Amino acid sequence: MSGVRVLVGTRKGAFILTSDAGRTSWDVSGPHFPGWEIYHVAGSPADPDRLYASQSSGWFGQLIQRSDDGGRTWAPAGNEFSYDGEPGTHQWYDGTPHPWEFARVWHLEPSLDDPDTVYAGVEDAGLFRSSDGGQHWQELPSLRGHRSGPSWQPGAGGMCLHTIILDPHQPGRMFTAISAAGAFRSDDAGGSWRPINRGLRSDGIPDPEAEVGHCVHRLAMHPSRPGVLYMQKHWDVMRSDDAGESWREVSGDLPTDFGFPIAVHAHEPDTVYVVPITSDSHHFPPEGKLRVYRSRTGGDEWEPLTRGLPQQHCYVNVLRDAMAVDCLDDCGIYFGTTGGQVYASGDAGDSWLPVVRDLPAVLSVEVQTLS
Amino acid sequence: MIRVVLPAHLRALADAGGEVELRVPGPVTQRAVLDALEARYPVLRGTIRDHRSGKRRAFVRFFACQQDLSHQPPDEPLPAAVAAGAEPYLIVGAMAGG
Repeated sequence: MSGVRVLVGTRKGAFILTSDAGRTSWDVSGPHFPGWEIYHVAGSPADPDRLYASQSSGWFGQLIQRSDDGGRTWAPAGNEFSYDGEPGTHQWYDGTPHPWEFARVWHLEPSLDDPDTVYAGVEDAGLFRSSDGGQHWQELPSLRGHRSGPSWQPGAGGMCLHTIILDPHQPGRMFTAISAAGAFRSDDAGGSWRPINRGLRSDGIPDPEAEVGHCVHRLAMHPSRPGVLYMQKHWDVMRSDDAGESWREVSGDLPTDFGFPIAVHAHEPDTVYVVPITSDSHHFPPEGKLRVYRSRTGGDEWEPLTRGLPQQHCYVNVLRDAMAVDCLDDCGIYFGTTGGQVYASGDAGDSWLPVVRDLPAVLSVEVQTLS
Repeated sequence: MIRVVLPAHLRALADAGGEVELRVPGPVTQRAVLDALEARYPVLRGTIRDHRSGKRRAFVRFFACQQDLSHQPPDEPLPAAVAAGAEPYLIVGAMAGG
């Protein structure tokens, strides 16, 4: 029987929400790792029972947990993330050079075809890979070692590598995004990287059209059309039709183009979702109304989706890794809020129901479609 | 036997109930105790001190016999009462809210 498993990372533990394909009746398990920050939980596309979780704490550092039974049981994997060689420096908030220091894993991206291979995006920005199920981690150092690396600066949330996208059609091509350096692409499995930020404009940096320095919040891609990328930048929703070589703004008629997550419908590559947030200083929805916006035209023209979402007194945020889609025939959309709600839509966003209302602040949401 | 008290999160992580008792070969120093602790519970590697440098994590403290030993050199002998098992060696997570 088909169904979905929603993997939720929060400030105080992980939760797993499961349902059949109807997506109206949910089983909730958790908290797993109670009291720990769970930045991300991700499942292997090659083996849905294989899950990885990033568990961290300001006191006790980073752990990686692994499950081989779909999240029923977990075991700690390797947690040594050592930068390759002398890590060098990046720019600190005051403009002085600051040594690269590992803080935490923000995002885990399992390989498309090997359950034992998984990538980790970390703060301070770097990309690591494990090929033994998370036991050992090696940095892919040429990203951090890019000639622009010494000029990268952290955003307010830290200098994190938060997005990793693997191209399903072109082996070796991958995309990453770093706050606040920008987007990067590799065509040789992470052996070399180049910035792909042409067309971005960020008024908060000295050269608004600089090669790096843009606060990219999230990238999204539809697997059937990997040359088309969507981006939620600090401000601006952007689109690229040439795998990041150039970008154009598609914010169109959004009420505000500030936000964090962006996602693409599972079966409609031109259907895109964002959650507009008032501004960089007001991280809550405009007018206290929680609205997901959907474009069916690949951007520019957007419609608010409100049915089932609070339309008054709502002042939560939706973080960059906290929206995901399932692959059922009627595409499901899911997002979690800093207020602890996880909302699900089984009809591509037309209507929403809260699956849970009172979790800790949600950091990440992933969905596995189970057959 | 050396008695070690872990903070709640690390007790849960190690699946260790109550005090941990460790046999520490040679001089009883902080480094020797932590080496023995991590050998018994590999999951604790990196949670108390850095994997490579061995440096104490910023919000972890080491107490024993009403003394804060956090800034003591790691190879300095621990108090005789700890070495004799009369007093525990306390690994403490700094207090904070949230």
